[in-house]
Amino acid sequence: MLGPLDYLITALSFLAELYVVLCLCVSKKAIRYISLNFYMFAAAAATAGQVYTLQHFGIRSQMYGYVYYYTDALLTISLFFVIMSFYQQVFQQMGVGKYVRLASILLLSATALFSYLVVRRIPSHHLTNRFVVEMSQNLYFVGVVLTYLLWGAVVKLRETRTRLIQLVLALGIFFSSDAAGYALRNLYPSLEANFLKWVPPIAGTFLPLAWAYTFTKVSEDARLETARVTRRAPASTIAAHQHS
Amino acid sequence: MIAALICVVSIAALLQFFISYARSIIAAYGKSALSDQVREVAGISGDILHGEQFARLLQLVRLCPQKGDDQGDLSVVQSYYRLMGVFKALGRALSPTLSRWAEHERVNCVYFAAVALDRRIAYSRALLAQQMASQ
Repeated sequence: MLGPLDYLITALSFLAELYVVLCLCVSKKAIRYISLNFYMFAAAAATAGQVYTLQHFGIRSQMYGYVYYYTDALLTISLFFVIMSFYQQVFQQMGVGKYVRLASILLLSATALFSYLVVRRIPSHHLTNRFVVEMSQNLYFVGVVLTYLLWGAVVKLRETRTRLIQLVLALGIFFSSDAAGYALRNLYPSLEANFLKWVPPIAGTFLPLAWAYTFTKVSEDARLETARVTRRAPASTIAAHQHS
Repeated sequence: MIAALICVVSIAALLQFFISYARSIIAAYGKSALSDQVREVAGISGDILHGEQFARLLQLVRLCPQKGDDQGDLSVVQSYYRLMGVFKALGRALSPTLSRWAEHERVNCVYFAAVALDRRIAYSRALLAQQMASQ
């Protein structure tokens, strides 16, 4: 049975996802961020679907398990297209978009194949469930790697668009917390009941909230020196920024 | 083995993404200069800030009416400040460089809170002026 906190997190996530979709449509940026917009819409639809399944079949039902994990895997895959669109924005002037697309599709296929090969050896009737958990962990980890490489490119190319920087960093936080959560769940299944069960909903709420915040507060023209975000300033500069 | 590797790499990446995200927010506030008024209200003397001033500044920020656009920033920076507190404590035992860096980041958090307070005070004054004008 779900508690009030579960419903609060679900409602917050659902509202933030819809807000991002509306915000992008109203500001006429829906086409520029089409993959992000599609992801947010799909995430809102998936949240509604999960709540419907939960109400009709219960949290311990096989149906809810399938709906939860499979919509999650599909959403993660659609999030890869969001990463690709960010890559395209970062490498806009270098004209390497098609190579980025090709590399991402290859990586995605390799992940699915690797996950299948890992669980194929398990002689269990729970093969499909096991496959989904294993694949989710690997998909999130591929997301971490892709986002980390994207962040590396942002830093290396001295990208200054604050909005893009914050969108990418929020995505990195989402992917890495989920990947760590799934990996810990594989390592220590006993932690799931008290602690790890909160990781996916909190990370899933953080992402639309952070994006909603970025789209509302950070204008498209805002600029930020990447060095201010990444460099390790020496201790002697403690009060330096107060003079600048 | 693979799960352990994924776990370690993901936690390291999470830390780095979170630190960069918080710093991107703090950097946006770092462009503003502190007014004399906020220095007086917050008891900031001279140019030196200390990491310990953050809690007091945050209390003052919460006393001011909010404009509604900095609550998310405050939450993120507060979490970042706490994380830097942990790093500072770890640094004392492991590495003085880590400790110095964490203290520097805590000072940046203090500066962020002071700018947030400055903005809220300016907003409160504008609200008051608006009310006075309408009466």
